[in-house]
Amino acid sequence: MQRKAISLISGGLDSMLATKAIMDQGVHVEGINFFTGFCVEGHTHAIRKKDQNKPRRNNALWVAEQLGIKMHIVDVIEEYKDVLLNPKHGYGSNMNPCLDCKGFMVRKAYEWIQEHGFDFIITGEVVGQRPMSQRRDTMPVIQRESGAGDLLVRPLSAQNLPETLPEREGWISREGLYGFSGRGRKPQIALAAEYGFVDYAQPAGGCCFLTDKAYSDKLVDMWQHRSDRDYELDDIMMLKVGRHIRPRPHFKLIVAREEGEAKFMEGYRRQFRNLHAISHTGPLVLIDGEATDDDLELVARICARFGQGKEAEQVEVQINEIDGSSQTLKVEPIHPDDFPEEWYV
Amino acid sequence: MSEHELDARRMLCPMPVIKVQDAIKDLHSGDILNVVCSDPGAIYDVPAWSRVHGHQVLLAEVRDEEVHIQIKVEAS
Ligand code: SF4
Repeated sequence: MQRKAISLISGGLDSMLATKAIMDQGVHVEGINFFTGFCVEGHTHAIRKKDQNKPRRNNALWVAEQLGIKMHIVDVIEEYKDVLLNPKHGYGSNMNPCLDCKGFMVRKAYEWIQEHGFDFIITGEVVGQRPMSQRRDTMPVIQRESGAGDLLVRPLSAQNLPETLPEREGWISREGLYGFSGRGRKPQIALAAEYGFVDYAQPAGGCCFLTDKAYSDKLVDMWQHRSDRDYELDDIMMLKVGRHIRPRPHFKLIVAREEGEAKFMEGYRRQFRNLHAISHTGPLVLIDGEATDDDLELVARICARFGQGKEAEQVEVQINEIDGSSQTLKVEPIHPDDFPEEWYV
Repeated sequence: MSEHELDARRMLCPMPVIKVQDAIKDLHSGDILNVVCSDPGAIYDVPAWSRVHGHQVLLAEVRDEEVHIQIKVEAS
């Protein structure tokens, strides 16, 4: 009887190699990828013009095509909130709850195999590769807390780890698995060459925005200035675009840095009060929070600062309300001396 | 055989792919799904997803800054 496994595919090289190692043992493998809202895939390319010459592909789907397997992309945005907001094992160097996150994803994969009649789970984890989730002492935590136990196989490091059920039952052979460990990438690169894989993605740092310092700072700022830490997909998307400026605790401004971002932000004009210069060319600015009418002059002066009228004596700025009404203000662009660096989030 | 429409505008990838996947779950072999997306990345991702699941991509094009994709569902 042909055994079936689901492989957690991030789009990077390790999960690709791990999947291939199991496929080569005659197991039917399909891929699964969990969309938390923070994944680096897709959006970023869609938004920023400067990124548009990077490959626009979704790496997980690309890996699936290379391997000739099916790929299931699962929306876990809602459930992931609890992982991010209340991580039992805390955060990594930024807002990345890697250990809880891995445990959560393996648990979701475990639920999936039970629903779909699959036999076991594969990940591309390597002992000692990541400081939080891929240490010798934390890898068993993922097995335990996910509920997957010894149905979780890490083909790249299997020979350094206790035998799993698929090995004991003879569904796969331990000899056909690997004993990689540590942060070095040489064995993976050699194995990729052996398999004939070229052009694979090499994600730097991690698989999501939560490992990024600038992104994490914006997330923390958002939480600090709201009454609760709950978030919607739109909130976390907006943290990926524009310059974020908080001149007052009760609101911040999101200033488009280039055309691609402006186009993306246009779609939010019915959700955010927004403004742009009309006497000069300048970026679209969204107001996030509760700017009062008294704040509008300051907001307009900041907006004027980012356009071509930044040296002008006066710039005319149009402020648009969510209901479609608007007003214009004539303001002097804010002087750099009155614009402290700390306003940048 | 029936034809179905899916509006995946104002969604960023991979949401259009997830919506296509959900829609196809309820369709039958031979059914047609017409998808419209505003994320330019969808022109790569939706066909890639369809191919790995064995569905036929009958059309994938950009018209008036929107991505139009037509998929013929195959039994999987
Ligand atoms: S980098 Fe992000 S997606 Fe990857 S394990 Fe850490 S928190 Fe999860």
